[in-house]
Amino acid sequence: MVAVFKREFKSYFANPLGFIIIAVFTLFSGMAFGMIFGSGSPAVQGVVNFMATVVIFATPFITMRLISEDRRQKVDQVLLTAPVTVTGIVLGKFLAAMALYCVGLASLVIYPFIVSFYTTIDWLLYLYALIGIIALGAVMISIGMFISSLTESPVVSAAITFAVFLAVMLLGSYAASADSAVLTAVNGAVSFIDRFYSFTSGISDLADLVYMLSVSALFVFLTVRSVERRRWA
Amino acid sequence: MIEVSSLTKKYGNFLAVDDVSFTINRGEVVGFLGPNGAGKSTIMNILTGYLSLTGGKVTVDGYDVLEQPEQAKRRIGYLPEIPPLYTDMTVLEYLYFIYDLKKVKFPKRMHIEEIVNLVKIKEVENRLIKTLSKGYKQRVGIAQALVGNPDVLILDEPTVGLDPKQIIEIRDLIARLGKNHTIILSSHILSEIQAVCERVIIINRGHLVADDTPTELSKNLSKDHSVIVRAVGEKEELTKILSSVKGVQKVLCLGKKEENSLDFVVTPEVDCDIRKEIAARLIERKRPLLVLTSNELTLEQVFMRLTYDADIEEGKK
Repeated sequence: MVAVFKREFKSYFANPLGFIIIAVFTLFSGMAFGMIFGSGSPAVQGVVNFMATVVIFATPFITMRLISEDRRQKVDQVLLTAPVTVTGIVLGKFLAAMALYCVGLASLVIYPFIVSFYTTIDWLLYLYALIGIIALGAVMISIGMFISSLTESPVVSAAITFAVFLAVMLLGSYAASADSAVLTAVNGAVSFIDRFYSFTSGISDLADLVYMLSVSALFVFLTVRSVERRRWA
Repeated sequence: MIEVSSLTKKYGNFLAVDDVSFTINRGEVVGFLGPNGAGKSTIMNILTGYLSLTGGKVTVDGYDVLEQPEQAKRRIGYLPEIPPLYTDMTVLEYLYFIYDLKKVKFPKRMHIEEIVNLVKIKEVENRLIKTLSKGYKQRVGIAQALVGNPDVLILDEPTVGLDPKQIIEIRDLIARLGKNHTIILSSHILSEIQAVCERVIIINRGHLVADDTPTELSKNLSKDHSVIVRAVGEKEELTKILSSVKGVQKVLCLGKKEENSLDFVVTPEVDCDIRKEIAARLIERKRPLLVLTSNELTLEQVFMRLTYDADIEEGKK
């Protein structure tokens, strides 16, 4: 697992993707911070809120190659014939993507300190927001990784992943405007994005966190099954 | 070392491997031979645990590949048909990664250094794999299989796409490795198998059609033990001399193949080696003997006979 993690994480920086992700994340969070800081508001968790939209667009690029590229280049043969478990391989890849995601969002740690020089801020709320965006990342990366395991083409993988995220987003806004009990129920069940927003608005409870971690675990598990299933095909 | 019993593999409804059984002992160098699509790669992928099996049992050093995959995989180094290389890494980075992946216990630097020298990739060790030539990529692939010093090496068509010089180098390398490894090697180049393998397993359409040493295979299939003689002299005289050799049943002149000489096929009575007698008699009569060779089938002919006969039978059904 450690070997796969190290390799995958390094491979993000073997091409521009890793640098682009970090640059884009930092650029947008900096812009959002500039706006909020400029308005004099102490609600610095707004930056995290804004970043959710950015990561929804960016995560498909982080996950698109995770499994599909190995299969396309037939490197999966070396991984699957090594004395390691498929779960170890998949977890290594998942954690590498998480690591890049977290490094990209590292700038978020600085902003509350800057604001706290000038005014008092709700540290706990900001911490919730950070936990929320990491949990959101875990959910999206696990889903993206699962989709990556279904195809040999990184481009197809990215497109489908993006379509899924977009569908969840649209479902959320549609459910909010339409007055339908069914839609609201469906949205409540699938919308990890709405769950995230409850973190930044400070109304989250443990159930939200458990929900997001369970969904991540489910998709990591499904990825393992999907990789193993190919051996039996 | 490797035991395969009634191995069967289906892809959907397609039967890729049908009831194949064989045993490979420690230290053997075995060649897998078969036309494209015969099931060689499938069998190799099953031995290494990359693919599952539909029926039967495969054990490596006593460990079942399905039930104790980690123990079995630890004993195998595998070079698939397409070397599984991360092209965005340098050779050393890649080999260190494989070392970590396989959880090898030997001292890291020394172990990798040894392998790098053995497969002769020292001069490219710091280059990105994507910039290497096919021959070097193949060697990095072999290096990868050697990491952890597994007892068994499984090499799927290790010389495909290489130039003749590289082929000879890889063959030498395999021969050297064969001294302290059990090796299974697949190929559809017969001379290659003949050059490095002491045993050949021929597979056709998912069936095992032969399992023997290359020499035995060609001997058994060339049913009579006839010999080819090329000597200098007149047709009648030579026919007479050859016919007079004890144990000769039939002499057939093949005509002139070389200036001033004639070729004959001499068929002996069942199971007797007449080569010594023929040589002695020709020399006795002062007839220069140019060629004396047994009329055994080459491995090529054996292969064609085994695989195509089976195909024709299949067609008849």
